[in-house]
Amino acid sequence: MQTDALIINLNATQVKEMFLYVGEKVRENKPLLTKIDSAIGDGDHGIGMSIGFTKAEENLKEKEFTTINEVIKTVGMSMMTSMGGASGVIFGTMFIGGVKGLEPHEKLNLPILAEIFEKSLEAIKVRGKASLGDKTMIDAFEPAVERLKQCSDNNKSLLEGLKNAEEGADKGVELSKEYIAKFGRAKSLGERAIGHQDAGATSVWIIFKSMREWVEGLSKHA
Amino acid sequence: MKKVINNPSDVVEETIEGFLAAYNHSFRKVENVNGITRRNLKDKVGVVIGGGSGHEPLFMGFAGDGLADGVTIGNVFAAPSPNNVQSVAQAVDSGKGVLFVYGNYMGDILNFDMAAELLEMEGIESRTVLVRDDVASAPMERYEDRRGIAGDVFVFKIAGGAAEQGLDLESVAKVTQKASDQTFSIGVALNPGTMPDSGESTFTLADDEIEFGMGIHGEPGVERTKMMTADELTERLMERLLDESKIDSGEEVSVLVNGLGSTTLMELFIVNRKVAQILEDKSITIHDMDVNSYCTTQEMGGLSITLLKLDSELKELYDAPANSPYYKK
Repeated sequence: MQTDALIINLNATQVKEMFLYVGEKVRENKPLLTKIDSAIGDGDHGIGMSIGFTKAEENLKEKEFTTINEVIKTVGMSMMTSMGGASGVIFGTMFIGGVKGLEPHEKLNLPILAEIFEKSLEAIKVRGKASLGDKTMIDAFEPAVERLKQCSDNNKSLLEGLKNAEEGADKGVELSKEYIAKFGRAKSLGERAIGHQDAGATSVWIIFKSMREWVEGLSKHA
Repeated sequence: MKKVINNPSDVVEETIEGFLAAYNHSFRKVENVNGITRRNLKDKVGVVIGGGSGHEPLFMGFAGDGLADGVTIGNVFAAPSPNNVQSVAQAVDSGKGVLFVYGNYMGDILNFDMAAELLEMEGIESRTVLVRDDVASAPMERYEDRRGIAGDVFVFKIAGGAAEQGLDLESVAKVTQKASDQTFSIGVALNPGTMPDSGESTFTLADDEIEFGMGIHGEPGVERTKMMTADELTERLMERLLDESKIDSGEEVSVLVNGLGSTTLMELFIVNRKVAQILEDKSITIHDMDVNSYCTTQEMGGLSITLLKLDSELKELYDAPANSPYYKK
């Protein structure tokens, strides 16, 4: 029997399978995201994310991949080119930003994942000019990235890292309820946006949660 | 809400197909993206407009002679993607650069800016003019936050006119920016539109209520109140609009009374009648009045009033010939 700790890396095909699963979960959550976004945003976040991951699935299934860079880039480019809106650029950058300029890797392990998402976070901040507490996806992404880095520094397994990232994102989503929005339609609501979680942050949580679920499933069946 | 559509995920492509079926002689599709260009592109600065779809006849209806050369459109109420913007800009560029003109929304800025960076790497120069006409969307101190609504039309007109004159990119951008700075709108919402995908309303409003200043995607306005007569409503809108724009007696304006989708032309003319009376009372010269539903949000009910304050330069460009399926001068 293998333990969690033995799942230390994923090959490109596994990363592809993982993101196909993530896409499935994001699409399943379209009604939830729509409901959250309708409360304070323009209500199209669920639709946009669903369009983006549908395109990603189409493009991922079309090809066999040898590097994890290509898989992640494909996910990001699919989102960037199909979604439009602020979400298309921001969530596209969540994937493209991290692999831009990264040397090719055949395997994904926790240190590489932490490195990729750390670069993505920086790229998103530059692009969107937002920071933690602005009621955006960064409210979930930044704590998730922090947790990934901590776990990586402590030589934790990929699964352990993802569990922690999911928890960080979840807490971030909760905290986003207390923030006043600095961007988008919610901005014009001022204090009326308080009490509502950010839809983009919720998507980040769903992405980490489903990555964790997929890797956990792999551990169990290994 | 009943909608005459097929698969909701096909609405944008099918809208373009239908538009091109009608106007194929003048426009062509840009390959692989949701965008169109004029067929007879000239050796001049290219004007590219765009934004989310669902606001027809904006934006496609404003491509033509003396107007836009290319139009890039996104999913319903969502900005077009960077590669969409980039492809349309590439298609219209004659080597003299491209001017982007669009409403001030975060999503549009992110996508157009990214496209501008990609174009720069290919050696295509671009400039951007944002339309921020909605005076109710933010106070003057936060002018940067003001959104673009029906005033788009006047700014597109000036940009198209300037480009047609053969001015260089810098000059076209400069006068278009001036037009944007001198365009002021305010709207009132009566009923929501619905999203073609989900069938959800863009906002909720009681049957006997209206909301002043509500945005075209249901962004919250400045005051929710009981329904009133056309004259009362127009007086309220004009008071705020003249106050915010500082347009005063002796000055000259072009006016657009724009329906948001389901408000009838009959109602819009009744409003326009009052707008004309108010402007005459204030000794503000009316250069031109346009009553139409150019910038809509599906079957949203309500209207906006736009004033473009004219000087001699803007007036000349405003009067220059223009011809598109939905706008003629």
